[in-house]
Amino acid sequence: MNAILSNKWMKIPVFLLCLMPAGLLVWAGFHDGLGANPVEFIQHSTGDWTLRFLIITLAVTPARKLFGLPALIRYRRMLGLFAFFYICLHFTTYIWLDQSFDLYGVWLDVAKRKYITVGFLGFVLMIPLAITSTRGWIRRLGGKRWQWLHRAIYVSAIAGVIHYAWLVKSDERKPLQYAVLVSILLLYRVVAWLLGRRQPATRGVAATEPTTAETA
Amino acid sequence: MLIKKAQDLKYSDITPKGLYLNRRKFLAEAAIAGGALIAGRSLWNLISPSQRVLANTKLDVATKSPFSTKENQNSYKDATHYNNYYEFGSDKGDPARNSGNFRTSPWSVSVEGEIEKPRTFSIEEIMKLAPLEERIYRHRCVEAWSIVVPWIGFSFSALINEVKPTSKAKFVAFQTLYDKQQMPWARGTGIDFPYLEGLRLDEAMHPLTMLTVGMYGETLPNQNGAPVRLTIPWKYGFKSIKSLVKIRFVKSQPETAWNNSAPSEYGFYSNVNPNHDHPRWSQARERRLGEFLMRPTLMFNGYGDQVAGLYNGMDLNKNY
Repeated sequence: MNAILSNKWMKIPVFLLCLMPAGLLVWAGFHDGLGANPVEFIQHSTGDWTLRFLIITLAVTPARKLFGLPALIRYRRMLGLFAFFYICLHFTTYIWLDQSFDLYGVWLDVAKRKYITVGFLGFVLMIPLAITSTRGWIRRLGGKRWQWLHRAIYVSAIAGVIHYAWLVKSDERKPLQYAVLVSILLLYRVVAWLLGRRQPATRGVAATEPTTAETA
Repeated sequence: MLIKKAQDLKYSDITPKGLYLNRRKFLAEAAIAGGALIAGRSLWNLISPSQRVLANTKLDVATKSPFSTKENQNSYKDATHYNNYYEFGSDKGDPARNSGNFRTSPWSVSVEGEIEKPRTFSIEEIMKLAPLEERIYRHRCVEAWSIVVPWIGFSFSALINEVKPTSKAKFVAFQTLYDKQQMPWARGTGIDFPYLEGLRLDEAMHPLTMLTVGMYGETLPNQNGAPVRLTIPWKYGFKSIKSLVKIRFVKSQPETAWNNSAPSEYGFYSNVNPNHDHPRWSQARERRLGEFLMRPTLMFNGYGDQVAGLYNGMDLNKNY
């Protein structure tokens, strides 16, 4: 498995797979497949995929350790950038189709509506992470600082779940599913950190490869 | 690609015809009729199928109503595949998916409380209370989307006049059927069942308040509240209660389902009001199904000329 994951061509099928939700939306758009409220369908779908990619990205580090697949790290940047890609689509449909590019209206909405405030926070925090996702930026910032910066993804994931939970009318089951997954993934990090502190010999997850900055 | 034009086709051209698409229900009905026959009770069900009210049965509509809007109607498909009917699930597509086998016949509505003539109406009796009219109403959901639907029915006041409320009756309480067997999807959706709604008596008497038995020229599809529901075009959609089984005339303001679930978000009146936001989102604009950008929401959903007088002297920000 590790060998397959390490194959340099494997990034192409993974990339295409990650692009599929967007592709399906476009296809459905041309085939009357978006239902009675296509704008809402696109907004919900891109929001869902943002949360899913945030969760998949957060799962990389635990999966590497638990399943013995260190090569997974090669895909983490791509997965994180796909989360950013879907939130950009999500945000675009909001300022375009909901707000008609009325930026003042957007600002009022962000300031007044709690669920939009928190969703917007999650989005804004992902911008520096996307910008500094290159090797050059890891070098410029230094591994430790880069790693600290990129822990902002924890906040984005939590903000995304709260954003969802605050917008549903009464049925909290779907936001709850995301909340459970994000909680497990964050709890893993807390436990790994605590274990790392108690047993300095077998350093914690986040600290095992301090020089590569690849394990935030 | 997303912009849908108004239907050029008439709904009668695109609507599934009669019982054809409702074979399962037809067969069930036929079996019941057959059973009755074997029991030697009556041939009537067999020779007079019109006595039973089934979904997707054509209705004879005598009058076109002056209350109708001239705006473009939404398609039958939009109106039947984008629904809030939490008994069948909280997703917009759930009611169309899950209500197919919902039994709406036989059906009766119990009318009780502060009235001179408490009684139970069969659905067949309800359909004969007054001549059926087609009324094309705007329907605005509290979730900031809207739809234009050609409903069939008559003013609810026809039923009120039949049962004669006493002077004690000030409000009307409504209840939807809740059958856990037929509606297992209701659990977990976050509101209490049976679904409850209510109106002030003068609101219920208003000619716009409609007792609805059909849409698009036919009886109501199950996901739209078959066999009988209310349609109150100047209030948010959740006030227009579906699949009615009980109507009670009462002295004081009755409980309502969404108000019970979140009192600060859904008031008893729930009149469409662009100036009173839902605590979590704006009500200033809405997305008409089939349209790309949002349009401004109108006070009382555009029915202010007819209904604003009901609320003279009331602070509609307090009585939201």
